[in-house]
Amino acid sequence: MLSEAGGQATLLGGTTDLFVHWPERMLDADGVFIDLSGVGALRAHRWEDEALVLGGLTTFWDIIQDERADREMPVLVQAARTVGAVQIQTRGTWAGNIANASPAADGVAALMVRDAVVELTSCDGIETIRLDEFYLGYKQMRLRRDQIITSIRVPRQSCSVERFIKVGTRQAQAISKIGVAIAQSQAGWRIVANSVAPAVCRCRTVERALDDRVPLPHVDALVELLGSDVSPIDDIRSTAAYRRGVLARVLYHELAPLCEWVGPQRGAS
Amino acid sequence: MRSSRRREGISKLTGQERYVDDLTVEGCWWGMTARSPVARGRIREIRFGRGVDWSEFVVVDHRDIPGANQVRLIELDQPVLASDRVRHVHEPVVLVAHRSRQMCRRAIREIEIVVDPEPAVLDYRIKPTPEQIQYGPDNVFKHLRIEKGDVDRALASAAHVIEGVYETGAQEHVYLEPQGMIAGEEDGVLVVRGSMQCPYYVLNALMHALGRDESHVRVVQTPTGGGFGGKEDFPSNLAVHAALLALKSGRPIKMIYDRSEDMGSTTKRHPSLVRHRSGVDSQGRLVAQDIEMTIDGGAYVTLSPVVLSRGIIHAAGPYACENVRIVGRAVLSNSVPFGAFRGFGAPQSQFANERHMDRIARTIGMDPAELRRRNLIRDGQTTSTGQVISDGTDRVEVLERALCRSGYAQKKEECVSFNAAHPYLRRGVGLAAFYHGSGFTGSGEVYLSSCVDVAGLEDGRIEIRTANTEIGQGTLTIFATIAAERLGLDESQIVIAEPDTARVPNSGPTVASRTAMVVGRLIERACDDLRRTLGLSEADTGQRLRDAIMKWWAEHPDTEPVGHARYESPPGVLWDDQTYRGDAYAAFAWATHVAEVEVDLRTFATRVVGFWAVQEVGRVINQTLARGQIQGGVVQAIGWALMEDCVWDDGAMANAQLTNYIIPTACDVPSIDVEFLENPYPHGAMGAKGIGELPMDGPAPAIVNAVVDALGVEASAIPLTPERLMELVTHG
Ligand SMILES: Cc1cc2nc3c(=O)[nH]c(=O)nc-3n(C[C@H](O)[C@H](O)[C@H](O)COP(=O)(O)OP(=O)(O)OC[C@H]3O[C@@H](n4cnc5c(N)ncnc54)[C@H](O)[C@@H]3O)c2cc1C
Repeated sequence: MLSEAGGQATLLGGTTDLFVHWPERMLDADGVFIDLSGVGALRAHRWEDEALVLGGLTTFWDIIQDERADREMPVLVQAARTVGAVQIQTRGTWAGNIANASPAADGVAALMVRDAVVELTSCDGIETIRLDEFYLGYKQMRLRRDQIITSIRVPRQSCSVERFIKVGTRQAQAISKIGVAIAQSQAGWRIVANSVAPAVCRCRTVERALDDRVPLPHVDALVELLGSDVSPIDDIRSTAAYRRGVLARVLYHELAPLCEWVGPQRGAS
Repeated sequence: MRSSRRREGISKLTGQERYVDDLTVEGCWWGMTARSPVARGRIREIRFGRGVDWSEFVVVDHRDIPGANQVRLIELDQPVLASDRVRHVHEPVVLVAHRSRQMCRRAIREIEIVVDPEPAVLDYRIKPTPEQIQYGPDNVFKHLRIEKGDVDRALASAAHVIEGVYETGAQEHVYLEPQGMIAGEEDGVLVVRGSMQCPYYVLNALMHALGRDESHVRVVQTPTGGGFGGKEDFPSNLAVHAALLALKSGRPIKMIYDRSEDMGSTTKRHPSLVRHRSGVDSQGRLVAQDIEMTIDGGAYVTLSPVVLSRGIIHAAGPYACENVRIVGRAVLSNSVPFGAFRGFGAPQSQFANERHMDRIARTIGMDPAELRRRNLIRDGQTTSTGQVISDGTDRVEVLERALCRSGYAQKKEECVSFNAAHPYLRRGVGLAAFYHGSGFTGSGEVYLSSCVDVAGLEDGRIEIRTANTEIGQGTLTIFATIAAERLGLDESQIVIAEPDTARVPNSGPTVASRTAMVVGRLIERACDDLRRTLGLSEADTGQRLRDAIMKWWAEHPDTEPVGHARYESPPGVLWDDQTYRGDAYAAFAWATHVAEVEVDLRTFATRVVGFWAVQEVGRVINQTLARGQIQGGVVQAIGWALMEDCVWDDGAMANAQLTNYIIPTACDVPSIDVEFLENPYPHGAMGAKGIGELPMDGPAPAIVNAVVDALGVEASAIPLTPERLMELVTHG
């Protein structure tokens, strides 16, 4: 159906993003809507030896309810719990969160910090792309209009640290002004930030500094490093200065208890 | 006393209540509005695009208005539909109607209103240039002044003089139900049904714009999903729009705003800027208060003069000071007109005053509670307008109760040790002492001259007829309790008439915390009058009353027994509108609120972690509803203080969506402790005073005072968003 629609059709997942624009912007989408909810096979998630595999319709709530996810990949559960409130968590899907391509997507940050890979399916076959290579710019991604996100593979590498911190506009039903996911595994440190760049992104300069144990004695050192990783803007939700400053502060206070090279150096005056 | 159940509670809970958008009307079309794209200018042309077939639509512009192209309110400066000039973005210019709502939406997108821009006022705080003048010589809608004693002399000899400047932002009402109206002609009478607080305001506006007399217009309030003042003045505009489309199309018309149209184009709370200069003696007693208040009125006068009036009358707070000067100005800007909002100017001026009291306390090194204790009005002392307060309420006791319930002194110590130990969380405690005048200001109630009828029905029940509306605050329930109590009947024997201008007298608007106290009292008097009509004495209640009603109907089958009451000022209440001296309000409610906050220095987010509200409001008629009013007001004020931020772009709200206009959720509010001290007011129904607006006045300054206590920075503007707090903390 998607390919028949000549790339004009819009896929409906949990519709929590799409219906926000109803009815006004729906006038623009003069076209075909394909409701995926009938495709039962897309809903379930499963645990394979190497990875947790989310379906194209797996919801945040499905993962919140899975005790194994809570044990093995708490960052996913933490992020899922910050999405909207229960009503949204039960309808909103991980795939929809990815395909909506918002720089503020909380689910994306948690998936990316765990090196998730998306699987895109079309009549031409299946393509897999690492999530941290999926976005090209604001609302730009490597997803063709004839492709469906059919699954998301989250590798089961064990992490010594993993967490998601959200700074929203309020305690619930809030869009992230800043979000940051942190993980450490054999693959090294991962720091993923949302709402501070055109798309959710890894902060590779900070990651390298952490891997190399570069001393970060105060918040300003992080502000400096983040300067090459993120490019926040002023918008109706917050300011660039706030985003830059608070991202650094949150990271600093999270990392300081974990890394002895972050924080005032022992012996330093 | 026992709290009666909310009368319409079950139908609201079960979804059976029918709001205006739920009403289906035979043959009804939809109406929609095309609006100005710019803040100020001259309309050059209106282009109708080719994307729709215009022959299917009914289109209305200013030339279709049969009466005056004016929205009738205090002044007549606001047009119903702009004719040659526009003064704000979203100002209505053209109306369209069609059978299909979706087609209306398409049509609105096809209308291009071409405007030659003129210099607009986008910041009310800056003195306008000559090219920006649009009202009078200086864009000032209203000047007001209060003077008591000799401020300059008192300042010159004061031990300390403390100055401060305080600002508050606009606030959107966010009632659950957006604005909506249905208009249609029924047997030559234009009938308008809709969501509103004041049916007679709407009636008067319709008569004026349509050139019809009262017998040809009828207004009916439909169950209304919240108002907060947002449905005081604005519904008149929408009612006239729907009526114009109905008259031109010859069909019933439904106009329902969706959320973004509602937020973008309807009134909000007036932004304010208040300067204080106070003189204090060596004992911490206020000897002079010099206050200047400016409010942003928006593009048209609407209610700004009376908002300013209530604002300045409350500006000096509940304190005794012999030398007071308050100068108020309401000024024009090219944004959507600001209008009524719970508190009506008093929250703005008392935010400034209660923040300033804390600044004084810090400056002279006195505990903020002690400073207030020393200055609160004692019986026999006077307010800024010279009104002698002698209601018998112990205002210091109100303060002490709040300090005691919150554990204020101990909390303050705990905060100090907590702050010393924690790496990034900081706690603080703040308070505010404040008051709110019940009913219309000054001679307003006399001028309104409200009427209420109470009738004995054929089946022996009692019907109360007022134009006052249930907007979620409990009017129906309270009225039934008042009448039942007065007449010794069960509440099931009381019927409350639908507010329909064809059936109910004008008992005034549902605003100004007046409904229970003023209109409730009229109900009591009309009940007494009904007994007189029936030839009964005041001792006759219950079954005896029912019997008398039945007997009346048996004897006079064609005439209903009705008791009437018309407002009379309580004895000795005198007000001079020229000099702004005298009894500004027949009664005041008094309160002290205490807030405890926690600020996260990583994110600069402020969380209110504890809240205690103690108030004296006369007799509490219904504990549940009264607590609901206090708690709801506190929540609304938490939003105003910390998060509700109207982001302006060319005088229009850039964040006119609930996604980006942030109001508190249940997770953002603490449990709110409420205590009432009851000192019955002899001229209010069952001893009640006004309560609805009071809780909007104190929480914002209490919260910001707590933030100042936690961090030691002088925050003086709200909303105190994390972004602003970061600025303050990092750059001072
Ligand atoms: C009140 C509210 C609060 C919210 N809070 C948050 C929050 O805190 N954090 C957050 O990140 N988001 C939040 N959201 C946004 C939204 O809920 C999430 O982005 C959610 O994950 C979207 O999933 P969905 O299935 O509902 O997507 P839909 O609305 O169905 O679709 C979104 C987009 O993805 C496309 N799409 C959907 N499924 C697929 C698929 N399988 N393959 C390819 N394309 C697909 C759709 O065509 C559409 O373009 C909130 C939304 C609301 C309404």
